[in-house]
Amino acid sequence: MWEYTDKVREHFINPRNVGEIKDASCVGEVGSIACGDALKLFLKVDENDRIVDAKFQTFGCASAIASSSALTEMIKGKTVDEALDVSNKDIAEFLGGLPKEKMHCSVMGREALEAAVKNLRGEEAVPHAEGEIVCECFGVTDEQIRRAIAENNLNTVEEITDFTKAGGGCGKCLDKLADLLAEAKGQKKVLKPLEVKPAGLTNLQRMKLVNKVIEEEISPSLQQDGGNIELVDVDGKRVLVQLRGACSSCKSSQLTLKQFVEKRLRETVEPDIVVEEVR
Amino acid sequence: MPAVYMDNNATTRVDPAVLEEMLPYFSDLYGNPSSMHTFGGQVGRKISQARERVAEAFNCHPDEVMFNACGTEGDNTAIRSALASQPEKRHIITTRVEHPAVLNVAKHLERRGYEATYLGVDEQGRLDLDELRDSIRPDTALVSVMYANNETGVIFPIQEIAEIAKERGVLVHTDAVQVLGKVPFDLKTLPVDFLAVSGHKVHAPKGVGALFVRKGVQFRPFMLGGHQERGRRAGTENTTGIIGLGKACEIAMKNIAHENSAVKALRDKLEKALIAAIPDTRINGTVDARLPNTTSLAFQYVEGESILLMLDAFGVCASSGSACTSGSLEPSHVLRAMGVPFTYAHGSIRFSLSRFNTEADVDLVVKELPPIITRLREISPFKHAEGEAPACTC
Repeated sequence: MWEYTDKVREHFINPRNVGEIKDASCVGEVGSIACGDALKLFLKVDENDRIVDAKFQTFGCASAIASSSALTEMIKGKTVDEALDVSNKDIAEFLGGLPKEKMHCSVMGREALEAAVKNLRGEEAVPHAEGEIVCECFGVTDEQIRRAIAENNLNTVEEITDFTKAGGGCGKCLDKLADLLAEAKGQKKVLKPLEVKPAGLTNLQRMKLVNKVIEEEISPSLQQDGGNIELVDVDGKRVLVQLRGACSSCKSSQLTLKQFVEKRLRETVEPDIVVEEVR
Repeated sequence: MPAVYMDNNATTRVDPAVLEEMLPYFSDLYGNPSSMHTFGGQVGRKISQARERVAEAFNCHPDEVMFNACGTEGDNTAIRSALASQPEKRHIITTRVEHPAVLNVAKHLERRGYEATYLGVDEQGRLDLDELRDSIRPDTALVSVMYANNETGVIFPIQEIAEIAKERGVLVHTDAVQVLGKVPFDLKTLPVDFLAVSGHKVHAPKGVGALFVRKGVQFRPFMLGGHQERGRRAGTENTTGIIGLGKACEIAMKNIAHENSAVKALRDKLEKALIAAIPDTRINGTVDARLPNTTSLAFQYVEGESILLMLDAFGVCASSGSACTSGSLEPSHVLRAMGVPFTYAHGSIRFSLSRFNTEADVDLVVKELPPIITRLREISPFKHAEGEAPACTC
């Protein structure tokens, strides 16, 4: 049995603003029946960008219905920009709090609002927020997770599941969630500094070490920004690489190469390494 | 007490006669059954009587009945004993729809290097016995299949399953928690080696269970300590619970016909009336072999927790296979194993009756539930969608 506040119960039993708006200015849809909850939000916006009416249809548990009801009450009368300031936390607070396992219901409200505004502004309402899917069971992206962490100051993987549902299915992505959490908390996984070998590396040792640093540290780091790097050759102290993905078209790629790749290889392999890009 | 209690597969009300039997052993007769003095000895004799009552219900020898704390303990004990007594065998067979008391033990064993086969079920929740036949290997230590499913009430053909396994020399355990007092069974003819039951599902209190261990089957205790239960389950006996379970078994045997006539009639009436009153409703699981007290109904386009909470406002207790009620985020593993479509799975409600239910209980649910479903469907976006419900975007 969930411990719902009286306000949640009240908004569940007597939800406000249920239904459709036939001539809605915009519609926002999130979730799906497979996920266990879904929300369709209809907004009527006047020429001054003010939300004059809001209605919803929700499939889900009591807290999903109550969160939807609360959302419509909170945004009615606000301008679109003012409405966008409503966070999932505000929705939960409006209801006197939600059980922690149900916080994702308030997040769903916030996401429906964003989807509706996107629809209003003619942006393509994408089925998922930007980013890459991390949790395949519930279709949750890394961006959604980063945002939930930041906005709600989440500190554990369990909390990420409570707020986004990510990790609540098969559990395959739990490691990735831990990584995202560590990243958001500024605890970027730093490899132990490799032993600095100032001189006397054989060609083979140098090649192996360069390869190791690129594979274990530099490449994962670039991947986080959508890019990648590939080691082409090691010729004496010259390290030849190719940039991939987002890096290959990035204007600051030369900076990346010198300030990051070369700097790191000089720290970890030999102080006189030169990194060159092969096109 | 709730107005209408229809969640008897979760737990049952202690029968007043059971409570009465137990009460003296809380206060005046508090002796330890293992003590040498007469004061404790009389409690020991009462426990022997309870054991005989359970044995009578099982049609087995009292020495084959071991008292413990719950169904989960019985399941854990049976599985671990079967594996410990056959260390060379590294494989077990169970089903995808077991209670977590078996399923999570199997998963745990897999992490410890054992192999497990999980038999599937069809859309009616039935097992394919050929799949069982094909799954048995020379190193199969145990077949563990529940007697009846707690969520759908579907009864498995344990007689046949046990015979198939015995033919190949494999031990058999069954979790019979849901069938005691509802489905007659006879351990003289049912060739299982282990069978677990639980007190609180048969109008005895929580915290007591029993495990049948067939004579001659090697047993490796799970709990070590004193000599209680002939050294097979150490720990001072839950005397009042055991006495209650004994009495409850005696009553259950007298009532088994009543369960299959009167309780079944109430269940059927409830089921028929709800299906007639609420469109887009279906029964989860086959109706051909089903517990007499259970119905799992799926209401399309609505979510189970919402239904339960609205029923709760009328004092009606039921349970749901939906994700939102369980603390997990996915709908019931049983309904998923059956391939129940998502549009139905999330809106599944289980009503499980007992001999304490009345016609008036059924009438109240039949009156109050249809408007609840209508109301929730009005709120739901899917009822309004044309044709099929939208596909999964996850």
